[in-house]
Amino acid sequence: MTNLLAARLDMAVSLAFHIVFAAAGIAMPLLMVVSEWLWLRTRDPVYLELTKRWLRGTAILFAVGAVSGTVLSFELGLLWPRFMRWAGPVIGMPFSLEGFAFFLEAIFIGIYIYGWDRVRPLTHWLAGVVIAVSGCVSGIFVVCANAWMNTPAGFRMAGGEAVDIRPFAAMLNPAAFQQVLHMTIAAYLAIAFAAAGIHAWALRRDPGNAFHRRALAIVLGIAAVCAPLQLVSGDVSARQVGHAQPVKLAALEGQWRTERGAPLRIGGIPDERTETTRHAIEIPGMLSWLVHGDRNAELKGLDQVPHADRPPVTITHLAFQLMVASGTAMLVVALLGAFLWWRRRALPVSRWYLGLVVLASPLGLVAIEAGWTVTEVGRQPWIVYGIMRTRDAVTPMPGIAVPLVVIAALYLLLAGVVLTLLRRQVFASPGMAAARRGARR
Amino acid sequence: MTPQLLLGGVLLAAMVLYALGAGADFGGGVWDLLAAGRSGERQRAAIAHALGPIWEANHVWLILIVVLLFVCFPLAFATITTALHVPLTLMLIGIVLRGAAFTFRTYDRDDVRVKRRWSRVFAIASIITPVMLGVCAGAVLSGRIRVDPATSVMTSDFVTPWLAPFPFAVGLFALALCSFLAATYLTLETTDRELRRAFRARALGAAIAAGVLAWVSFLLARHGAPAMHHGLSSRAWSLPFQVTTGLVALGALAALWQERYVLARALAIAQVTLVVCGWGFSQFPALVVPDITIANAAAPDSVLRAILWALACGAVVLFPSLWWLYRLFKAGAARESRTEP
Ligand code: HDD
Ligand code: HEM
Ligand code: HEM
Repeated sequence: MTNLLAARLDMAVSLAFHIVFAAAGIAMPLLMVVSEWLWLRTRDPVYLELTKRWLRGTAILFAVGAVSGTVLSFELGLLWPRFMRWAGPVIGMPFSLEGFAFFLEAIFIGIYIYGWDRVRPLTHWLAGVVIAVSGCVSGIFVVCANAWMNTPAGFRMAGGEAVDIRPFAAMLNPAAFQQVLHMTIAAYLAIAFAAAGIHAWALRRDPGNAFHRRALAIVLGIAAVCAPLQLVSGDVSARQVGHAQPVKLAALEGQWRTERGAPLRIGGIPDERTETTRHAIEIPGMLSWLVHGDRNAELKGLDQVPHADRPPVTITHLAFQLMVASGTAMLVVALLGAFLWWRRRALPVSRWYLGLVVLASPLGLVAIEAGWTVTEVGRQPWIVYGIMRTRDAVTPMPGIAVPLVVIAALYLLLAGVVLTLLRRQVFASPGMAAARRGARR
Repeated sequence: MTPQLLLGGVLLAAMVLYALGAGADFGGGVWDLLAAGRSGERQRAAIAHALGPIWEANHVWLILIVVLLFVCFPLAFATITTALHVPLTLMLIGIVLRGAAFTFRTYDRDDVRVKRRWSRVFAIASIITPVMLGVCAGAVLSGRIRVDPATSVMTSDFVTPWLAPFPFAVGLFALALCSFLAATYLTLETTDRELRRAFRARALGAAIAAGVLAWVSFLLARHGAPAMHHGLSSRAWSLPFQVTTGLVALGALAALWQERYVLARALAIAQVTLVVCGWGFSQFPALVVPDITIANAAAPDSVLRAILWALACGAVVLFPSLWWLYRLFKAGAARESRTEP
């Protein structure tokens, strides 16, 4: 394994791990805040129990998110020092602001977890609101930094140095809005589905349990709002990629040749040797229309750039298909749920629907991983699009395969422990008398 | 004051706050490992109780330090992360295991064996992290990380700067200071007399260890970090500064001895502040001794000014929140212990 490949894999493993906890850090506080609000309003102890259970889950996820994020901050230098040496000041603004968002999150989560009997109920709830807002804001800032790597702005290169740096122009780069919107919705959608799956699974075994019913009602509601929004936001993202990173778009659509009236390909396997995408369902002219609003518009293919400037097409294309398929499936499940809810005026808890929710529950996280693969792999061979190549950024330190293996093993272990603890703390049905009473009511 | 110097000052201040907060949290891990005697389990409980609400907030100072370093002094960041790849990676493993194990212990089964296992991981990781941080600090001071100023290319290798007696002496010194801080804070975290005695004894022991290791580091610096040794023994400000630090350290010892815990805590805080500042001043204006300085590593002023504004705005929300956190969870303990006969 070359050092460059090891470094890329090290970064990918660390990020793929962190993003799960980051998504939880963005979305779980919202669930808690909603549930605690319902407890304050109704004084129904089931909501209090729900808040506390979700809180325990959040506390575990948050701690792992914080430490894995710290690893990432150092890895920017441990793996890519030649990139950070000039790019650090340019993308420093979102990272610095993010630092304060982290502070608020960490401070108020301490107050929220340990402060139940030290502050007034409304103050406690407000502390939860601060966590929810600062979690969302930290995600926004860091995604701005990532968007800058895709559409670098706010500086000029002169002799290998960045000059004329305008930190806010760099932070608010052309891709920032689209990526932030898409990632933020993704976090709520993915966590809502993951939580829905857990509670649906519990309801299949213990149908009357009011605890799991209330939980399911909250998360299905959030999912039904987010799923359609995410489709729209994905379309907005794709358009922006089409304009700013045409090579990436060609890779994720499997579009080898520049052509007029390019078709939208659903599925299909790109063949890097013959430079064709086979076995896809093609909708004629659709891609040109989606990107340029005109069925006959010319769409740039991978042939616009030399081979050395192309990303790995197969991975990018398949990851993109996986994301879109997951998004569509979640949309169907969420809309079906909303329809059943509206028809029967009651939470849909038939066994088959709950089974569907359980099946769909990992899809949000799958789509997040796939989406980031599209963004990152699709940007290759560039670390900063059009400006610096990944191979020029890597550390001169030899033997990066060692930390790669160590980090991967460590994270595998942590993932196992986290799952076991979550099962114990969150998934199990509470035997509360209140939950039973609530069911009869 | 130029923006460069101001940001150097902010960086130093953040390091002081990290040492005072997270340093003590690491020290808590040391005392968890060494908890013994009749009050052993109660010691562990007091430590967990003290850390629970605040360790995550304390940890964020490190993130702020890293971010400020790569934004404001990117050459220093790139050089440190390249030259010190190995100790930094070990430190990261320590950070991951410490935070994870502490949380897992809180939420895992209420089974003594399970808790004991997480305690062990938490404690060992709490020792690795400050030692490795100290090793990195020692290596930065040692003058063995060399960079060609014309090309900014590192000319030294990946091992010799840190694999030497001086950095490890600094690492152990850092560990002793963390333990000292933790034990001193802990005397005020409990109303249980026996526990307080136990923490007092531990604080006294750690203070003496820290004193010895400070001397060992200083002696090793002659060869291990000549520039710093020279700075500490010849610059005009140095002697009074060292005398003050020494007096404060002795004062903290005396206060502990006399069981005047609130005073002891104040002096311990002053002592650690002086030590961290002394480290900063002794290498000033170098960021990585000897080639990288505040001036040649700094980002353009336009960036630094913007960051200063961002820091000012952030501070407005940060400090009141932090104050509230500490008041909620720390003021009570101190008040209770002061009113106790
Ligand atoms: C729940 C998760 C989820 C779902 C259902 C979708 N996405 Fe997505 N997608 C992400 C989660 C995500 C992500 C992980 O959040 C990414 C990675 C980077 C980013 O900003 O968002 C992403 C990136 C991403 C990109 C690349 C952006 C870039 O490189 O700048 C495009 C073009 C799309 N998405 C398009 C779509 C479309 C057309 C979808 C239609 C169904 C879709 N996404 C569903
Ligand atoms: C703000 C957030 C992010 C930043 C600043 C960032 C930065 C980077 C950097 C510097 C690299 C290495 C250089 C490169 O390959 O271009 C990289 C690679 C990678 N990252 Fe990201 N990343 C971010 C988010 C993510 C997330 C959340 C994921 C996954 C879930 C992810 C997945 C990957 C993958 C798969 C690679 C390897 C790509 C390849 O080498 O082909 N990234 N990222
Ligand atoms: C290179 C990329 C990244 C770096 C350097 C990074 C850094 C960090 C750090 C240092 C923390 C710990 C904060 C604390 O102590 O509380 C953290 C947590 C967090 N990160 Fe990341 N991060 C990266 C990618 C991402 C991405 C892509 C997202 C997505 C939206 C994200 C969202 C969050 C959130 C919401 C938290 C707080 C919640 C939690 O701890 O679980 N981060 N990150």
